[in-house]
Amino acid sequence: MSKHTFSIGGVHPHDNKISRECALEPLPIAPVVYIGVSQHIGAPSVPCVAVGDKVKVGQVIAEPGGFVGAFIHSSVSGTVKSIAPRADLAGRATTHIEIAVEGDEWLEGIDTSDTLITAIPDDAKAIVEKIRLGGVVGLGGATFPTHVKLSPPPGSKCERVIINGCECEPYLTSDFRTLLEKGEQVVVGAALLQKAMGGVPCTIAIEENKPEAIAHIREVIAKLGYKDMDVMVMKMMYPQGGEKQLIDAVMHRQVGSGALPISVGAVVQNVATALAVYEAVQKNKPVIDNSVTVTGECFPRQANLIVRVGTPLQDIIDYLGGIPADAVKIISGGPMMGRAVANLQAATVKGTGALLFLTEKQTRRAPETNCIRCGKCADACPMGLEPFLLNKLSKAADWEACEANAAQDCIECGCCLYSCPAQIPLLDNIRVGKGFVLSAIRARAAAAKAAAEAAKK
Amino acid sequence: MSKLLVSPSPHIHSKDSTKSLMLDVVIALIPAVICSVVFYGWQELLVLGVSVASCVLLEWAITKYMLKAPSTIGDLSAVITGILLALNVPYTTPWWVIFIGAVVAIGVAKMTFGGIGQNIWNPALVGRVFLLVSFPTYMTTWNAPKGLFGADAVSGPTPLGAIQEGLMKGSTVQELTSAYDYKDLLFANLGGSAGEVCALALLAGFVYLCIRKVIKPWITLSIFATVAVTSLIFWGIHPARFTDPLFNLLTGGLILGACFMATDYVTSPMSVKGGIVFGIGIGFLTMMIRYFGSYPEGVSFAILIMNSVVPLLNMWFKQKKFGRK
Amino acid sequence: MNVLIWTIAVVTVLGLVLALVLYLVAQRFKVEEDPRIDEVEKAMPGANCGGCGFAGCRAFAEAAVKAPNLDNNYCPVGGNDTMAKVAAILGYEVQAKAPMVAVIRCNGTCEARPKVNEYGGYASCYVKSLLYIGDTACSFGCLGCGDCVNACQFGALSMDPVTGLPVVDQEKCTACGACVKACPKRIIELRPKGPRGMRMFVSCVNKDKGPVAKKACANACIGCGICAKTCTHEAITVEGNVAYIDPAKCKLCRECEAMCPTGAIHGVNFPKPLDKDAVKERIKLRQQKAKEAAAAAEKPVILSESKESVKKEDKKDE
Repeated sequence: MSKHTFSIGGVHPHDNKISRECALEPLPIAPVVYIGVSQHIGAPSVPCVAVGDKVKVGQVIAEPGGFVGAFIHSSVSGTVKSIAPRADLAGRATTHIEIAVEGDEWLEGIDTSDTLITAIPDDAKAIVEKIRLGGVVGLGGATFPTHVKLSPPPGSKCERVIINGCECEPYLTSDFRTLLEKGEQVVVGAALLQKAMGGVPCTIAIEENKPEAIAHIREVIAKLGYKDMDVMVMKMMYPQGGEKQLIDAVMHRQVGSGALPISVGAVVQNVATALAVYEAVQKNKPVIDNSVTVTGECFPRQANLIVRVGTPLQDIIDYLGGIPADAVKIISGGPMMGRAVANLQAATVKGTGALLFLTEKQTRRAPETNCIRCGKCADACPMGLEPFLLNKLSKAADWEACEANAAQDCIECGCCLYSCPAQIPLLDNIRVGKGFVLSAIRARAAAAKAAAEAAKK
Repeated sequence: MSKLLVSPSPHIHSKDSTKSLMLDVVIALIPAVICSVVFYGWQELLVLGVSVASCVLLEWAITKYMLKAPSTIGDLSAVITGILLALNVPYTTPWWVIFIGAVVAIGVAKMTFGGIGQNIWNPALVGRVFLLVSFPTYMTTWNAPKGLFGADAVSGPTPLGAIQEGLMKGSTVQELTSAYDYKDLLFANLGGSAGEVCALALLAGFVYLCIRKVIKPWITLSIFATVAVTSLIFWGIHPARFTDPLFNLLTGGLILGACFMATDYVTSPMSVKGGIVFGIGIGFLTMMIRYFGSYPEGVSFAILIMNSVVPLLNMWFKQKKFGRK
Repeated sequence: MNVLIWTIAVVTVLGLVLALVLYLVAQRFKVEEDPRIDEVEKAMPGANCGGCGFAGCRAFAEAAVKAPNLDNNYCPVGGNDTMAKVAAILGYEVQAKAPMVAVIRCNGTCEARPKVNEYGGYASCYVKSLLYIGDTACSFGCLGCGDCVNACQFGALSMDPVTGLPVVDQEKCTACGACVKACPKRIIELRPKGPRGMRMFVSCVNKDKGPVAKKACANACIGCGICAKTCTHEAITVEGNVAYIDPAKCKLCRECEAMCPTGAIHGVNFPKPLDKDAVKERIKLRQQKAKEAAAAAEKPVILSESKESVKKEDKKDE
C-alpha cells in the first residue's frame, strides 16, 4: 500500500481520535435557533422572511447577497421571532434570524426517506443549480460556496475531483463517522460532483489512520460501480486536508501563490460537502444540519452529533452533560485551526465541525522565550515559508518585506507555532502581516483596474 | 471552570521546548563524558564540574545582576556550553584557566549579544580559542590518558601536533602515522583534549540526536565528507607530505566539532542546503588549516569562521516556497 | 632616529595625498542640495516620529522647502515654536495651531467593565482585535495590551495596572498621533489641550444601545442625550448611541459632566473639583426660567417681539 503526502513541511500531532467509536446521533432540536446570515465566505445573505412568518424545515429564509453567496434555509419549523444582530462565537454582532421551534414540519418536496438514489442526472448544469439552491458550502470549515467552486472561470478546465476525507486535524471524527455510516451517500455525492465537472476522474483521499473507512468506501465504490473513482490512502500528516497540500499530495501539482485550485485542474470538496451535495441533488434536502464532533479527554460524554444549523452551543453542551470542571478552553473546530469560543450563546453555522474541550495543561501557552534559530518552524511550514523571519518583519510592521517573503501564502495551519520550542507566537504575528499584505495586494489590483478603465475611456 | 480561555489557533503545542531540546543534547554528551572520565580519571571530573558550574553560575549572575532579566539557566544551554568547554581542554588544565574560559564563553560570546539565540559564535568554541591563544602552555600540554585505574602516563603531543612537529623535522607522514593504531583513535587511547578521545562515544551521541530529531545529520555528514575528500586528494597527490583521510577524520576533535559544535542551532544555518554549504566550508577550512596553517588543529577556527557567514547562508539558501519558482 | 623622521614624513605625505584624493572625490560627486534643508532639519525636534505625515524630520524639511507655503506641513511635536523657526528660515508665514494632546476615550476600568473571558494569545491589541471582541463584554473599548504604549516614542503613555487602561502623560505627549494609528479600536483622539490644560471629553466610544452598553460597562456612555440637551453651546452631539463634545464649541462649563448619569464625561485640569449638586441646581433653575419664558412667549401674538425677547435673554446669558 503506497502512501501519499504533500512535499513540503508538515507536523505530526497525536491524532487523539478518541470519539471514533461514537456513532452519529441526532441532537434533539433546540427550542429556539438562531440562524446567521453570514455563514459562508462572501457576501452575507439577505433575509427574505419577516418577523412573525411561519417557516418550515428547508424553507429559504435568506437569499445570496452576491455571486459568491449562498441560500440559507430554515433548519427547523416554527415562527420567526426576530431578525437582529446577535453575537457570534467571537462576540461580534452579526444579523441572525431567530426562530422559535414548533414541531418538525418539513417543506414539501424534500425526500426524508433513507432510500439511496444512485442514478446520476445527465445535466451537469442542473446539478450545479440544485447545489446552489441547496445552499451547499464547503463544510470542511472554509465554507466557500460550492456552486462557485463548481463554476470554473472560462479557460480553466477541471481534470480531477478530489474528495477530502483526510480529517488531518486531531480529535475530529465527524468525517470518519460520515464515511463509515453514510459512505454510499458520500460516494454518490462524489459521482455527482464528477458529473458536474464533466465526467472527470475522482479521488477520495483518506488518511491511513482510518482503515475501516478506507475499506468501506472501496467496497461501496465497487458495489455501486462508478467509473474513474478510487480511494487514495494518505500518510498521516498535518495539514494534509489543506486544499493546496491535498492537491500536491494527490496530483503532484502545486497551486501558485494567490491562484485557485482550478488553475492546476483540481476541484477539492470535503466528505461532508459531498454528502450535502447528494442530499441537495438527489433528495432536495438543503443544508440544514451538519455533523459535529464533541470531544476532548476531559469531556466524558464524547459524541458525533447531527446538529441543526443555528443551535446555540450551550444547548449542545447541556445535552451532553455540561462543561467539565477542568476544561478551560472550548474550540469550535480542531485544535490546530479551530476558533476558541468566547461566547457560549453563539449558534452553530454550516461550517461548525466540532466542539473540543481542552484543559489548562493541554492548551495554555508557555511564556515566550528567545528564538534559538533551530529552524523547526521553517521545517514545519507546509508552504515553505520562514515563519521566524515573517514574525520579525510583521512585528516591525515592514509589510513590503512581508510580501517579498510571501506572508500572503500563509495558510494559517499553525504548524510553526505548534513546533516552536521557544513558544514564540509566530502565527499570531504572521496573521497580522498577512492581513496587511493581502489588503495591499487588493488595493493594487483595484488601482490597476481603475487605471485600465480610465485608459479605455 | 470560571472563565473561558480564548486565544488564536493553534491551541495545542508539540512537546518540544528549548529545555527539552537542550536536555537531549546533554543526554547525547553523556557517553563522551563517561568515556573521558574513565580514560582520564577523577581530574577530568573536576574539569567538567568547574566548567559546568562556572558557566551556569555566570549566566545566572549576569541575568540577575547586569541584565536584571528573568534567569535563563533553566533552559540548560549553559550546561551544554560548560560540558563542551570541558571536553575541549586537556584534563590537566587548572581550574582558574577553565573559569576564565567560562567567563569568555558565557560573558563575552553569549550574554553580550543578548543571551541564548542571539550569539553569532559558538560560546564554548570562543572560550576554547581564547584559552588556546592566551594560555598555550596549559592548552597544548597533552598528557596521555592515565585512566581511572591506570598509572601516571608520560605527557606528549596530540597525534596531529606530533605529526606537524615531525614534518618540520623532516620525517614523512608514513613514518609518523605508523605510530598510531586507528583502533586506538576510535576507542580513545591517545592524548588530546577530553572530547577528542573517544570517537565512538561521540558518534553514539550524534546518532541519538538524529534519531530524536533534535538535529539534522546534513551539517555533520557534509563536514565528514569534505574532510575525507579534501584529504584524499592531497594524500593521493603527495602521501609523504599529507596525512590520510581516516587519520584526519579520527583526530583532533573533528568528530566533537562536527557532531556537537557545528550543529549548534544558534550558530548554524537553518535550511538543509545552507547547512550543507556550511559543512563543506568547515571541512575545507579545517583541512587547509591542518595542512598549511601554523596550528596543528583547525576545527575550532573553521567552525568560528563559518559561524560568521551563517547570516549570509541563511539569506542565500532558502527553502523552495510552495507553488513558486 | 632616521627611521623615526622617515616614518613621520611618509605618514604625513600619505595623509596629505589621501586628503587631497578625498577632497577631489567629494567635489566630483557633490550633490547639489538646498542648504535650507539642513537648516530646517536642525530646527526640527529630531524625533523622526512621523507625526507630521513624512518619513522623518529630514523628509519633512525637504517637503517644507519645496512647498509653496506651510499650510500642509506642520510638526505637531515641535509645535508653534518650531514652526516659527522653520517659517523664519524659509520666509513663510505660519498659522499658530492650538496645542493638542492624546485623549483616551475609554474609561472601562477593570472594576467597571468586568472580564468575561481570559485572553491567552500574544499580548497585542491588534492580534486580539483580529481574533474577537476582547475579554470584556464591550466590543468597542480598550483591549489593554498596550499597543499604544509600544507605539509612543516619547514615553508619554503607560498602562495603569489598577484600571488596565493606558494613561497619557500630558507633559510628555507631543500629539504625534502614533498611538491613534496603533489603536485597533480607535479609542484615542487628539484633542486641543485647552486653556491651562482644561478640557472636556466623552470617555467612551461604545455605539451599543444604552442597556447593552451599560451591562458591559458601568462607565459607558449610554447615548441618553441628557448632555446634549443640557449643553447651551450646541457643543454635544449624540450619534450612534454615543455622545461627542466638539472641542471648538465647548465652553468648559462642565454642566454635561454634572448631568451625565454614568460619569462618561470627563473634565480634566480644572482648578476646583466639580460640585455636581450646585451645577444641577443651576441648570434646573435655568430650565425653569426658560420654560416660563417659553410659556410667556407663547401668549403675545406679535412674533417679532418674542424674537427680540429671546435675543435679550441670550445677551443676559453671556
